[in-house]
Amino acid sequence: MELLIVFAVVLAVAAFVGAPLRTRARGLDPDAGLRAELADLEAAKEAKYHEIRDAELDRRTGKLSDEDHRALDAELRAEAVALLKKLDAVRARLAAAQEADGPAPGGEAATPSPPVG
Amino acid sequence: MNPSRKRRIRLVVALTAALLAAGALVYTSFSAGSDEKTAGQLLDGAVAGKTYTLAGTVKDGSVRRADGVLWFKVRDPHRPVSVRVRYTGLVPDPFREGRGVMVKVVRRGDLFVGEKDTMVTKCPSKYQVAPPRPGSRLASIA
Amino acid sequence: MATVGRALLIVAFAVALYGVGASLYGAFAGGRAWVDSGRRAVYALAGVLTGAFAIMEVAFLRSDFSFNVVATHSSTTTPTFYKATAAWSSQEGSLLLWVWLLSVWSSLALALTRRRVREVAPVATAVLMTFAGFFLMLTIFWANPFETLAAVPQEGTGLNPLLRHPAMMFHPPMLYSGYTLFSIPFAFAIGALVTRRLNAEWIVSTRRFALAAWLCLGVGIVLGARWSYTELGWGGYWAWDPVENASLLPWLTGTAFIHSIMIQERRGMLKVWNASLVLATGTLAILGTFLVRSGILDSIHAFGASTLGVPFLILIGAMVLGSVGLVVSRRAELRTEHRIDSLLSREAVFLAQNVILVALAFVVWWGTFFPLISEAVTGTRASVGPPWFDKYTVPLAFVLVALSGIGPLVPWRRLTLASVRRGFVLPAVVGGVVALALLLVPGAWSQPKAAAFAGVVGFVVASVVQELWRGMRARQSSAQESAPVALAGIVRRNRRRYGGYVVHAGFATLLLGVAVSSSFQHAKDVSLKPGQSARVGGYDIRYVRATSHAGSEKISLGAVLDVSKGGKHVATLRTTRGFYPSQDVTQGIVGRFFGGESESEVGLQAGFGRDVWTVIDPDIAPLEPIIQQGNDTFRRAMTGILARGGGRQQLAQLYALRDVAVTAVARRFVTRPWAADFRFIVSPLATWIWIGAIVTFLGGLIALWPAPATARRRVTAGYAARVARELARTTQ
Repeated sequence: MELLIVFAVVLAVAAFVGAPLRTRARGLDPDAGLRAELADLEAAKEAKYHEIRDAELDRRTGKLSDEDHRALDAELRAEAVALLKKLDAVRARLAAAQEADGPAPGGEAATPSPPVG
Repeated sequence: MNPSRKRRIRLVVALTAALLAAGALVYTSFSAGSDEKTAGQLLDGAVAGKTYTLAGTVKDGSVRRADGVLWFKVRDPHRPVSVRVRYTGLVPDPFREGRGVMVKVVRRGDLFVGEKDTMVTKCPSKYQVAPPRPGSRLASIA
Repeated sequence: MATVGRALLIVAFAVALYGVGASLYGAFAGGRAWVDSGRRAVYALAGVLTGAFAIMEVAFLRSDFSFNVVATHSSTTTPTFYKATAAWSSQEGSLLLWVWLLSVWSSLALALTRRRVREVAPVATAVLMTFAGFFLMLTIFWANPFETLAAVPQEGTGLNPLLRHPAMMFHPPMLYSGYTLFSIPFAFAIGALVTRRLNAEWIVSTRRFALAAWLCLGVGIVLGARWSYTELGWGGYWAWDPVENASLLPWLTGTAFIHSIMIQERRGMLKVWNASLVLATGTLAILGTFLVRSGILDSIHAFGASTLGVPFLILIGAMVLGSVGLVVSRRAELRTEHRIDSLLSREAVFLAQNVILVALAFVVWWGTFFPLISEAVTGTRASVGPPWFDKYTVPLAFVLVALSGIGPLVPWRRLTLASVRRGFVLPAVVGGVVALALLLVPGAWSQPKAAAFAGVVGFVVASVVQELWRGMRARQSSAQESAPVALAGIVRRNRRRYGGYVVHAGFATLLLGVAVSSSFQHAKDVSLKPGQSARVGGYDIRYVRATSHAGSEKISLGAVLDVSKGGKHVATLRTTRGFYPSQDVTQGIVGRFFGGESESEVGLQAGFGRDVWTVIDPDIAPLEPIIQQGNDTFRRAMTGILARGGGRQQLAQLYALRDVAVTAVARRFVTRPWAADFRFIVSPLATWIWIGAIVTFLGGLIALWPAPATARRRVTAGYAARVARELARTTQ
């Protein structure tokens, strides 16, 4: 009985762990670097938006004067714009690379999900 | 002054301050530390009036209490010698004969007087208890 | 089922090894299929270890003494709650708990990040599975919880009575959750360094786990302190014991990390510092686990010297060398993107706070390992005690708390004089008033440092209240909400910020409790007979009567005490000392009921203003003549029964008489009481330590709780639209 239990567990584990090897195409994703860069920029963009929001909250709670906030907000929005431009450039490169390569291995989404946190 | 030079100066000042602070800490630890000694080491070379941390095992049959004072012997883990300790103050719950103990002591002749509330006893990872329900399960190990 | 348990450990070990190989192969050659298979190996590991852990738990609950670990750490009369938790009172069970928690938290981390950090995650998986493989190797070959006994005893030896405390039962799972959760940012940092993906994404993915680790480890530390205060009979909560310090070290560096990571998120600064901090934290978490088990440092807590020390040292050595090597080799990618704009900015305050925390960690580390360091340097083992620790940690804690009040008031990037006026005046006034008020309390002028610290705490709490108030008012002005709704709204929309502020207020309160309760404590050791009194800290404590109880598990001798002040009754305290029976037959049939382990039940009257604490230490020497008489009588009776070939029934009758005799012996403490030793302690504001801890961890929960996705999108969408308009303007 105990042997049966162990055997069943081993089979279940092997089936579960080996499933991706049976169902997915193998090989490295040639666009992995671009996707990773895109994900980094998305995360940086979200962080920049939060910074902009934090600065506004600082103004509304009196930590920053209107004048200081204007200067900081302009700085942050300029940084955000720069990030958006970089994002657009990377998206364009990724789209071009995907056209050249065909569908990505494993049938994954072209762009990663935005970071949550 | 250019910003890069300013930053370097700040870094040097900060690192110097950190090193000085660390140095003071290291120095005071060596001067404030109390030497850990076994019973044999204390018998051989303990100087009267100096504080040592005695580490060893409480000798079986040596524990006595009288008038709020605890008397016990600590044996050396490596030699068949032990020292007599007179201790007042907090006695940790796990304190027992045969258990590891550490206590700060000062030599007075052949006696070592423990500093109040400095005793630490090794907590055993398991312990032995007799079967608590009387009668029913004791037949084999009475 | 022990066989199944052993087999599951081996299966788990194989899965861990597979996970390492599949993840690394997938990352560098094989592609996503292998990476996904490696991730599934983590899930499978969690499943298999849950099965193994369940088998061990069931064995404890059923008191299956064929399991060695059950026979040596539990008994049939151990209450069910403590049976369930006795599993981790042993070396073997605690190691299994550690690796099980690692597998569960790793599974959660990898599931939540499966669509992100795609280059980093496989290497992180390999690191986590390496840890799992290491701990499984220890459990399989050195400390197997599924070892069985050839001769199954009818009764187990029971749980150490000192561990029969609710706090002690949650303390290890919380500590290990902290340690294993800190392994996750460690692993992701290694992955980021190896793959050179050192930008924003890996921070975002692992920041929450670092905060969860901080929370769990902190709760575990406080539970340990609470146990010490209410279970151990010394009246303190922190002794700078090596094992206490070992859990504090990663908590200190982890606190530094969760702050400084915000600077990297915003400004791309402190990358080397953050990488080093998170790697150090993960290493210290393993070091803490090692210290408890190796026996290299004398501690009240140690499991005892074992053979596990060497494998741990090898792992820690590899972690240190690997971490240093990676950081040095990746210093180009870790170059800072910006510099600190001003020394008067939140970035600068965070950096100062980081330096203080790391300094604290260094002090604690040095003092903890000093016996080994001194032996290596001078040949003599020496140790430093609480006064040495206090000399350095107290001023550092002072500065740390002050910074925790200053930080929330300072904006990012730069602080102006106008900001100082707007933000600092009110909290500074409150702090000053609090300090003066404390100095006016009779006797307090003798402790000006405590009064100054109280002032700093007042400043911190006032700054947090001010921030909450201003945030609420800002929201009210835009959203037309009532005050409570606005407050809830502003906190809900800015959980990290306001959760963090609440943590600061709670932590400052906790340290205030520590400062005042230790600076103004009154303690007295007295010997009293029933009817006699002692005066401590303005309270009169009268020993009303002695108590005794002979239960199925232990004999308790205790006291009922009346506490009064100025003639008015304040509280009734009950304290006992429990004596557990011993299996040492040489102590005699009656004597062994008084000759085993003993533990104190503390008498505690806690209040917002002060705690009155007491413990009794009744000397049982006066009982020895009658115990010896009992031993002789029952030994003769036993011998007689066995000589006459008497059976079970006669023996059972003898044991019943023995129980009556033991109860009567214990009762003499009540009928003919003698003087017992008491320790009385009156500690002002001690309860605020625990209140402060609860507030701290509540703040941590607020900061940790994820905002609903819809709210996140709504919030950022607004800014996205504004920035997009900006972008459109600049590209035209």
